[in-house]
Amino acid sequence: MSLVNFTTREITCKIVYYGPGRSGKTTNLQYIYGQVPDDRRGRMVSLATQTDRTLFFDFLPLELGSISGFTTKFQLYTVPGQVYYNATRKLVLQGADGVVFVADSQIRQLDENLESLQNLHQNVLEHGIDIRTLPMVMQFNKQDLPRELILAPQELDDALNFRGAQTLSADALHGQGVFETLKAISAEVLRKLSESSATARRG
Amino acid sequence: MDLNPRFRFETFVVGPSNRLAASAAQAVAQAPGTAYNPLCIYGKSGLGKTHLLQAIGHGALGAQPSLRVRYLTLEEFVEQYHAAVAAAQADAFRQSVQETELLLIDDVQFLAKHREMQSELLRLSEALQVANRQLVLTSDRLPAEIEELDERLISRMSGGLLVDLDAPDYETRLAILRRKAEERGTAFAAGVLETVAEIGAANVRELVGQVNKLLAFQAVSEVPLNPAGARALLTGGEEPEEGAAAAVPAPPAAAPAGDEFSAFVSAVSRTVAQSLDAWRARVGETVMRWQGEGFRTGRLEQLLQSPAPPDSEGEIVRFEADVAELRRLAAEVAALDPGASGHARFRDPDRLDEARGFALRLREATAPPPGPSAAFTLEDYVVGAANEPVVRAAKLVAQEPGVRYSPLFIAGPSGVGKTHLLHAVGNALAAGRPGAVVACLSAQAFIEELVAAIDGEHVDWWRRRYRRVDALLMDDVQLVTGKDQTQEELFNLFNALADAEKQLVFAADRPPAQLPGIAPRLVSRFEGGLVVELVAPDRPMREVLVRRLLDQHDVEAADDVVRYLAARPADSARAVQGMVNRALSTMDPAEASLTLSAARLAVEGRAARPSQAQAISSLIPASSGLDPLLASREKLVWDWPEPGDRLIEELR
Repeated sequence: MSLVNFTTREITCKIVYYGPGRSGKTTNLQYIYGQVPDDRRGRMVSLATQTDRTLFFDFLPLELGSISGFTTKFQLYTVPGQVYYNATRKLVLQGADGVVFVADSQIRQLDENLESLQNLHQNVLEHGIDIRTLPMVMQFNKQDLPRELILAPQELDDALNFRGAQTLSADALHGQGVFETLKAISAEVLRKLSESSATARRG
Repeated sequence: MDLNPRFRFETFVVGPSNRLAASAAQAVAQAPGTAYNPLCIYGKSGLGKTHLLQAIGHGALGAQPSLRVRYLTLEEFVEQYHAAVAAAQADAFRQSVQETELLLIDDVQFLAKHREMQSELLRLSEALQVANRQLVLTSDRLPAEIEELDERLISRMSGGLLVDLDAPDYETRLAILRRKAEERGTAFAAGVLETVAEIGAANVRELVGQVNKLLAFQAVSEVPLNPAGARALLTGGEEPEEGAAAAVPAPPAAAPAGDEFSAFVSAVSRTVAQSLDAWRARVGETVMRWQGEGFRTGRLEQLLQSPAPPDSEGEIVRFEADVAELRRLAAEVAALDPGASGHARFRDPDRLDEARGFALRLREATAPPPGPSAAFTLEDYVVGAANEPVVRAAKLVAQEPGVRYSPLFIAGPSGVGKTHLLHAVGNALAAGRPGAVVACLSAQAFIEELVAAIDGEHVDWWRRRYRRVDALLMDDVQLVTGKDQTQEELFNLFNALADAEKQLVFAADRPPAQLPGIAPRLVSRFEGGLVVELVAPDRPMREVLVRRLLDQHDVEAADDVVRYLAARPADSARAVQGMVNRALSTMDPAEASLTLSAARLAVEGRAARPSQAQAISSLIPASSGLDPLLASREKLVWDWPEPGDRLIEELR
């Protein structure tokens, strides 16, 4: 896994949006896509079913231009949330530099959130990565829904965030909290640069 | 229009965005008409098209000062053409433009406005190309994008090399800023230029404008400008937002107004800047800079791989010192062998030792060949009846090298003065043409040099070294006997020099035809000029020789002493010299004159009997006209045998 290539002067970040089905991962990416100037965005690849569910994965390449002399590229991926696409999820997770766990704030989705989180841990473990070293932030999406339907950020934090990751509330459909989440995960990922730039570098 | 002296390759900052264009321009400047013809450089305004175009002109003129170079903007070209047409001189104008060996036309996008000029330019480019003359064009857009441009012109412009200049990236911007600040002799506080480079400018002109703004501000301000101040100054008073990087967990109140993506990019920029250690950035910048100049930076790249912050500044200083030495070596090598300076070893500081060794070998191999020894001159050469024709030939050779007798082949036994004459001719040749390279060496030295050249794998340079000489004089040619490769080299060298009408002089112990083991093709060439023979000095010559040798040692001697010494048998000048030296060695150092008895003691090995000798010699008056050979020991018995000897004689 690598982030910074000093030889080619490139920073490449692979960020995976993880979470249960219908939690709003693709919505996050779509909002970002909509905000990126034309010359900075690659084509968003989205393989969706007829009912607009992510079948395989979404991929959004972002060209951030030259930052401190490094050509900086972000690659944003989503995984299919449905339980039976685990092989794809595992594949997409491979080589990820950071994970955004998009949780569905609805009360009735709590179990799905937990299940997906466990699935994430399991898949990361299977890749031989210590989950504690993988930068991660949690996004509590759909906070715009009526109060009676959703759990408050604090409740979700208690229920899901046993690792003490940074958490953010969001309304991905309207873009609230989307870029904040992206900034947060980017900061986490890039902070790792200084800590492990010596080891985490692709040849 | 004259070239602007500021627009040179040395002042053009190369980065990834313009490296291809800069390399192509360099290639064209080095060999106009051969590399890429036409070269078409396009890019947006202010990215350095005109700079590069004029740098080609300067570069080409630097390499070939006599080159006909012309720089015109399209507008000027059109204007001149119209003026010529108005004066009914269109053909003369065309002719003069076509005779330009390097034609640089700026801003050809304005062709859209001058459709009548398109066919003219098309014709011109065809004519130039046929004559291998270089055309370089610049445009602010791709030829195909210039409106209403003739298809044929588009294809012609695209047919050579089409390179683009892009907006400078961060490093290039920083390098440009540093160079500009250096040019103005101003130092900015740490981080100021980096901040300006980060703000970014669409083109170099804008960047220079930013520097000017900072300079103006700094000139009137009492406190030095800091990075935040520079940013505020250039971005219209916006202070950089602090702490905007971290997102807060509280739910966002509303969708933020403005450009979310830009805010995100600047947040990432800040994080990256904080995360990448400053030394890495500095090393990375150095890597970029030297890579841009075509040097290998493996050593610095390795440095980037190391986890702990090493002595990066020291490494950079060492690296740059090595690069400076490589450049010096490459320049030195280029002067000796232009082809060799482009080798990768001169672009890789890790191969500095190799480059040094190469330069040293080249230096040795291309140093001028050995010249004649200054000790031998024609004036010192004793001329007598026996060698007079040879000396006359030698003098003619010195007067008209390569014309009268080439080669001049001097044959003669050892010690008759061949070497003296050869070096004397060499000195006369060198004196006659100041700056001429006269090679004067023995065949043995020639063989040894060849062996060393083969050993050091620089035979080519060695050959070139000899092909450059204006005259070749070789002693002891008989030594190449049986040495096939030396003969082969000598044969080729002979032909090359003879073709160039350079003077050749050879000396050997016998005439060419009698030299054994020498290829007939060489023999016939030696005989093709003039073969002269030096013989043993006759007695009058020996007398002159003896007198001169004594004079050289400031020794006085009576005529009879000189006559005595000259009368001794000697088959060569060297033998005469040996004899005189022997006589001198027996002299009392306090004395300033050589007496006959001392001379005789030295030459004959025993004391003469002065009474008898003088008695008899006094019987023969000096002016008696008798054969002076009578004084010779072979003819006259001066010393009677000892009684013992006489007894044996009688017993027989």
